[in-house]
Amino acid sequence: MTNSINLLKPAYQHIANILDGKYDSEALTSQTIKNLHLQESKLNAYITILDDYAHQRAEIVQKQFQQKTKLLLGGIPIAVKDMLALKNFPTTAGSKILENFIPTFNSTVVEKLENAGAIIIGKTSCDEFAMGSSNEFSFKGPVHNPWDLDSVPGGSSGGSAATVAARGVSLSIGTDTGGSIRQPAAFNGIFGLKPTYGRVSRFGVVAFASSLEQVGPMAHNVHDLALLLRVIAGHDEQDSTTLNIEVPEYDKFLDQGIEGLKIAIPKNIYKGMNADMKKNMQTSLEIFKRNGAIVDEDIDFPSWESALPAYYLIATSEASTNLARYDGFRYGYNASEYKELWKQLENTRGIGFGQEVKRRILLGTYALSAGYHDQYYKKALRLRTLIKSDFDNAFKKYDVIVTPTTPSSAFKIGERVSKPLEMYMSDYYTLPANIAGNPAISVPCGFINNLPVGLQIIGRNLEEQRLLQIAALHESESSWSREVPNL
Amino acid sequence: MTLSNEDIKYVAKLARIHLDDNELDDLSNDLSVCLEYFEKINAINTDGVAPTFQPNHLSNVMREDVVSETMDIEIVLKNAPEHIDGFFRIPKVIE
Repeated sequence: MTNSINLLKPAYQHIANILDGKYDSEALTSQTIKNLHLQESKLNAYITILDDYAHQRAEIVQKQFQQKTKLLLGGIPIAVKDMLALKNFPTTAGSKILENFIPTFNSTVVEKLENAGAIIIGKTSCDEFAMGSSNEFSFKGPVHNPWDLDSVPGGSSGGSAATVAARGVSLSIGTDTGGSIRQPAAFNGIFGLKPTYGRVSRFGVVAFASSLEQVGPMAHNVHDLALLLRVIAGHDEQDSTTLNIEVPEYDKFLDQGIEGLKIAIPKNIYKGMNADMKKNMQTSLEIFKRNGAIVDEDIDFPSWESALPAYYLIATSEASTNLARYDGFRYGYNASEYKELWKQLENTRGIGFGQEVKRRILLGTYALSAGYHDQYYKKALRLRTLIKSDFDNAFKKYDVIVTPTTPSSAFKIGERVSKPLEMYMSDYYTLPANIAGNPAISVPCGFINNLPVGLQIIGRNLEEQRLLQIAALHESESSWSREVPNL
Repeated sequence: MTLSNEDIKYVAKLARIHLDDNELDDLSNDLSVCLEYFEKINAINTDGVAPTFQPNHLSNVMREDVVSETMDIEIVLKNAPEHIDGFFRIPKVIE
């Protein structure tokens, strides 16, 4: 059976093949792990590969099949970003401060994946505490883009994106606080979706900016993406911000078409847009028009420009509060060579946190400090209201808003590490959806300099189904998402 | 808005993060560049606009107050660098 399974196949086809008895989950798992280890020497996409655990799980799932248990993701290997707790295995959030932390419970998303029969095969690398847009800020070193090993895969869910693009796995889980699913999805030529705020539980997910982030699916085709969202979405008593609203069967009705769909493009985003990016976007808009959509490229969205400062003030403020918990006393790295209380605490955090995390904690602490709280933090929250109301107004008339996912294709490793503002600018298109809480998807829409780029589609709250239908149409009318990097 | 090394030291003290001297220059420069860019929000009028803390405006989510199982103390302490008699052990707080 060695190497007899075609790993390029979508997950839904593996599921069908396993059900038909063509191969079993153990064979798929073994071959996937073997292949992942080969790819790791080039990509560095994982913090932990769970060889033994994956085999144990594959055996368990195989028994469930024999008992005719119905499993939506039965026997399918999946990679999970190292921000989500997996009981009894390291969960590091890409940080030295959590290098030795072993969770004693599962995150809700991990629980749901395993209940659906998925085989968690590894924990993917990410920027430390999901703070970054290049995956260079992981304590395990940079992740490489499979399309060009000298380029970044994007971030912060860079490992999850790179391993799917390389077809190491068909499915992965990311988290998105300001674009951390969509931006790496775009840079790697795959699909990624940030659900509506409250659609997916954050219980057991390492917190960075709680009012902005969501867990979401990543995949190389829309059917798999929809299936994965269906499995992870839903209300959770452990996360009181989750919405108690029924989860649709996202993977069904994907071929409904887009006749009559009203698409809006905020006119200010064209200012300074890369010419190639504009051309790619126009090609996608033509596809939509050809299929019955109405496109208005001239809508007012005055608050778009304030999203970047508002986002970084809110996100860093929340981060400075959330990361106050890392004291080294209860778990995680501890600078035990310092015996005095405050010295030990300050050195634990000084040594345990990396460069970008320190930047953001300090920025947030400053924005919240006496005398600056109203000027920065409160001001940003008022801007948030304006951004939200611009979305609400747009969605009264239009069904979706379309933009590029990123201003450019992937940049080189090292290029922006010491230029934080330039790094933050790469989130220009993705930040508004996090500020307002709306769902947004990135779909592959072409290549610039042989590197993939993506188109972002933002929808009304809880209209993930519509986003998936538009993505499915775009996928069927183009071939970019079927291109595979040569590793 | 530019931040001096002294400003950074003060904020780092609030955040309880030890910084080496060579980190101070980089951080004061990085944060000054960001804050300067963020200044542009001052030009936007937000008088009378209420702040939005959380996007879906849920508040006071309640649940039944029922007894449920909690983690065993050994499990809670499993990740602690030091513990004694069922407690976390940390350096002396009061001299």
